[in-house]
Amino acid sequence: MNILVILIPVSLVLGGIGLAAFLWSLRSNQYDDLDGDAWRILSEDDDGPKP
Amino acid sequence: MTHAAVCPACVGLPDGTLDKAASNGSSQIILALPAIHCIACINGVEHALRRLDGVANARVNLSMKRVTVGLNHPIPPEDLIDTLELAGFEARVLDTSLLGTQTDSYGSGLLTRIAISGFAMMNVMLLSVAVWSGAVGATQHLFHLISASIALPALAYAAQPFFHNAWTALSVRKLNMDVPISLAIILAAGMSLFETFFGGAQAYFDAALSLTFFLLIGRYLDHRSRKAAASAAAQLSALEVPRVMRVRGDVRDMVDFGDLVVGDLVHILPGGRIPVDGVITAGNSQLDRSLLTGESRAHNATTGTVVTAGEVNMTGPLTIRATTVGADTTLRKMATMVDQAEAVRNRYTAIADRAAAIYAPAVHLLALVAFLAWLAISGDLRLSLNIAVAVLIITCPCALGLAVPAVSITAAGRLFRAGLLVKDGTALERLAEVDTVVFDKTGTLTMPAAAHDALDPQAQSIALALTQNATHPVSQAIAASLNGIAPAQISGQQEHPGKGLSAMWNGRQVRLGSGAWLGVKSGTYLQIGDTAPQKIIVRSTLREGAADLIGAWQKAGLAVHLVSGDDANETQRIAAALGITTWRAGADPTEKIRYIQALANDGAKVLMVGDGLNDTGALAAAYASVSPATAADASRAASDVVLLNDSLLPLIDLPLVARAAKRRIIENFAISALYNAVAIPIALLGFATPLLAAIAMSASSITVLLNALRLRGRV
Repeated sequence: MNILVILIPVSLVLGGIGLAAFLWSLRSNQYDDLDGDAWRILSEDDDGPKP
Repeated sequence: MTHAAVCPACVGLPDGTLDKAASNGSSQIILALPAIHCIACINGVEHALRRLDGVANARVNLSMKRVTVGLNHPIPPEDLIDTLELAGFEARVLDTSLLGTQTDSYGSGLLTRIAISGFAMMNVMLLSVAVWSGAVGATQHLFHLISASIALPALAYAAQPFFHNAWTALSVRKLNMDVPISLAIILAAGMSLFETFFGGAQAYFDAALSLTFFLLIGRYLDHRSRKAAASAAAQLSALEVPRVMRVRGDVRDMVDFGDLVVGDLVHILPGGRIPVDGVITAGNSQLDRSLLTGESRAHNATTGTVVTAGEVNMTGPLTIRATTVGADTTLRKMATMVDQAEAVRNRYTAIADRAAAIYAPAVHLLALVAFLAWLAISGDLRLSLNIAVAVLIITCPCALGLAVPAVSITAAGRLFRAGLLVKDGTALERLAEVDTVVFDKTGTLTMPAAAHDALDPQAQSIALALTQNATHPVSQAIAASLNGIAPAQISGQQEHPGKGLSAMWNGRQVRLGSGAWLGVKSGTYLQIGDTAPQKIIVRSTLREGAADLIGAWQKAGLAVHLVSGDDANETQRIAAALGITTWRAGADPTEKIRYIQALANDGAKVLMVGDGLNDTGALAAAYASVSPATAADASRAASDVVLLNDSLLPLIDLPLVARAAKRRIIENFAISALYNAVAIPIALLGFATPLLAAIAMSASSITVLLNALRLRGRV
């Protein structure tokens, strides 16, 4: 059962990464305009971010 | 509001290289764009604004229909609006305090809590499965300790909304749904912590977390459906003209609306909205009164004509002497009226709240009885407390918390695909009970159109050339009906305020305008050179699907009424064409509200379908309401359902889906009651284990969700 010492932290860290990624996307306003973003991806305008 | 948000490939770029509206530019202006709907609009608006000198950035939010403009140096919002209107987009200044433009911090807070509790639930569940599969001794103890160290901080953070609501209710000596929820979470966590430290076999950490997780999802769905419903009265106030041009002697200056006093002279340019009630002292023009009366005909206005706030000046500059200012103007009074009507609507109690009122005390009593009974029988405090906690968890209102939002969201999604936007959370419940429908005529059942068949091709092309750039509604209707014809070559176009349009064509004068101007009877005429004027018939045509809709609803057992601000002839013609027997013509906004209230007093549950600002009060006063997307902003805000298409056909299904949704909600309550009926005796007898609680909770929640999803199919 010694493997648990590794496996439990691993599962916590992996879950934590997913949680952190979600919180980051939430904090950077990526859910503010779901309709608009769905359309913008189809835009042929070279209206990308500044290099 | 960064560009990175639209470009997945940009994720990972250092933040500093991104173009931020907030950091770029010293100030920000937010404009409402009521008419935008697609990618072409987004690009058009953003490009038009970015070309302006001094605009650092412009970012459209399509969901909220607004644009945030970052400015390097101050630009008056009027300039931005002019630019947008030249580019063909309707724009309006948003009063940030009125319309709640602040970010939705409550919603994103709920999402964060869902994420945290979901993360904690999954990890604790993993550990719990090991314990249920037979981990004993040191392993079990270790797993319980790890679970506790994950669950307690997660619960302390994620369950705060429930604790907060429960405390608010308790502090005014009331019980709501959040009281049993909070009690179950706190007791389950506390009991499990106690058991963990004293080497007990049963810990309910996973139950407490999944309870929080599922209920937060229900809470979030509920919040989303409520968020869209902005107050109609606030939208009406936003129509007010904030700054007006005051004339004193030879001095003209822009002053705030609030600074006007009775007797002030106000100058209004063509296209401007009239800010105060008053009398015209100079100028000739035509007025669009559709805001207050709903009639499409423009009124001639000249010195001595009485005008009301909210009308639009169409053709010539006017000077007005103010007779009422501030809170006494007609527009303000209308906003107050709508406000009062909305308050009546808000008294509706949702089914879920009525269920909670019965449920909460029953659960508390049951748990208390179980605790006291077991204490009396066994004398073991720990065992009795364990059983009381098990009862609280098993009777968890999980399914109850999901029963309504899951159905509402599924039904709203189904209706959205058909072209209907459901705005209010309780709208479907109310729609299901509707038995009477009141329709507005103009703009709802009919659309203005000019019949062009009476004109020969040459006259048609001249009429189009004259009208295609004019702003008058009649001109626009004529131009729209002649769409597809090549316009004639004309020169020297002139607009004669209150009369019509004139131009030169092939060396002859052509005139289009009112019959009085051209020396014939009333109506709209076209005259080429010196020939006899030809009449252009402007009438309203039925909106697509109107006849089918009325027929289907009458067959479904709904009583259909027609109430219009238009004259009796036109109203009767439309009513007869649609087979509506009960109609009323010439109704002003107050009368429409009274008509609906009279029906409601007779016990009818009225559904109002209307579009004009003059319908806003009636829409708010009705038991439920629908407006087309072409309606005024305030009307859309006041209604529960917005019809997105031009065709009325999607509305046919609305009452059927609403009734099906209500049936599903009641079924869902029955399902959760059934689970409780089975599980409560087990818990009361002391056979409940954490595994059983987890199964009961998940199974009932999933059954309720699946039952809600059935709504996507046939109704």
